Amino acid sequence: MSSFEPKIVAFVCNWCTYAGADLTGTSRIKYAPNVKVIRFPCTGRIDFMLLLKAFARGADGIIVSGCHPNDCHYTSGNFHARRRWMVFRRLLDFLGIDVRRVHFFWISAAEGAKWAEMVNETVETVRKLGPFERYQKLTTAGVA
Amino acid sequence: MDDLRKKAKELLESKQAGVVIGYGNGTGDRVRAIFAQSPADADKLVFDDRCLQNLTVYLSKSEVRKIGKPAVVVTLPGLRTILQLASEKQVAENDIIVLGISPEGALLDLPGFKAITDYVASANLDYTDAEMRNLDEVLKLSLDERFQFWNDELSRCIKCYACRQACSLCYCSRCTVECNQPQWIAVPSHDLGDFEWHVMRAMHLAGRCVNCGDCARACPVDIPINLINHLLAQVTFDSFGLRSGTSPEADYALSTFRPDDKEDFIR
Repeated sequence: MSSFEPKIVAFVCNWCTYAGADLTGTSRIKYAPNVKVIRFPCTGRIDFMLLLKAFARGADGIIVSGCHPNDCHYTSGNFHARRRWMVFRRLLDFLGIDVRRVHFFWISAAEGAKWAEMVNETVETVRKLGPFERYQKLTTAGVA
Repeated sequence: MDDLRKKAKELLESKQAGVVIGYGNGTGDRVRAIFAQSPADADKLVFDDRCLQNLTVYLSKSEVRKIGKPAVVVTLPGLRTILQLASEKQVAENDIIVLGISPEGALLDLPGFKAITDYVASANLDYTDAEMRNLDEVLKLSLDERFQFWNDELSRCIKCYACRQACSLCYCSRCTVECNQPQWIAVPSHDLGDFEWHVMRAMHLAGRCVNCGDCARACPVDIPINLINHLLAQVTFDSFGLRSGTSPEADYALSTFRPDDKEDFIR
């Protein structure tokens, strides 16, 4: 039995997933407490550098979630985000970072149950992968 | 080469161009960029297979723009750069004169963007076998080996930003690496800062890089940075059908979208 508890950072949009996660709570659905939610105006605002910063500061896994396609509060933010992640994910993989540490979902404000399910699933996947020591080591390499 | 000198002389004599940016002999056996401003200077122009640098990098420099209308000596990657810069509204058709050189070394007649677009459309833009091999060699490594490979390569990085300075498409007057509030990229060249810098560079060039190879040539510690650009150029082409530097009106892959973009990882 390992005592490893993965740290998950979730970057979510204000209009859908944040409200969805809120619904999970008000519906009294229990889910893994490993996730730290950061609210953004839109998935289109989530810069890829933010994901790297989360990893550098000790995240073992990341969730990015927002409105379903065609449901964006700003019409097209999630479409732009989708393209960005299509490219970024391949880049991470090319550089040797396990893409199973970065999970992407579309979760609407009505999908409280889906949020709980997806968080639990992510936590279990990352738990199996173990701590992201490889990346965290980069932060201390060369620093006395 | 005589054609090129003759044409450059003509342009400078008639004052159609204020400066001709071309290659000249440098120290040793090297060629360097020269900026011919008088008809006499035009005789210093050379062109041979050592002339690889993408001279369009100087088009966005204010020091060059101050001299007058530039005429620039370019081969295929340079022509693609010009189209890409045009699509990003960085050069206008009447702002520059293009002295295109064919793979055989002959001066091309490319009077406008239309002619350049047609020339690029007829050229072979595929990666060479050697480029494909280099890419495949990294792709066939396991995830752990890939991480180690890049860690080894990037650990040599001294953050000199020569790759950025050499790149015709890295023209932002204020780069994210120079931004210190917030500090996105750590300044010292330790492993994290190196990694973040190269990820950022690659992402900012995704769907824009025209594969001129100047970043890798400029790198003083021989990091194969253009491999990363190759991969992302392929991804944007396969996923969105967009190839950089093929039209002066093309969309930038990451600032546009299609409602039916296909991915298989968002649930």
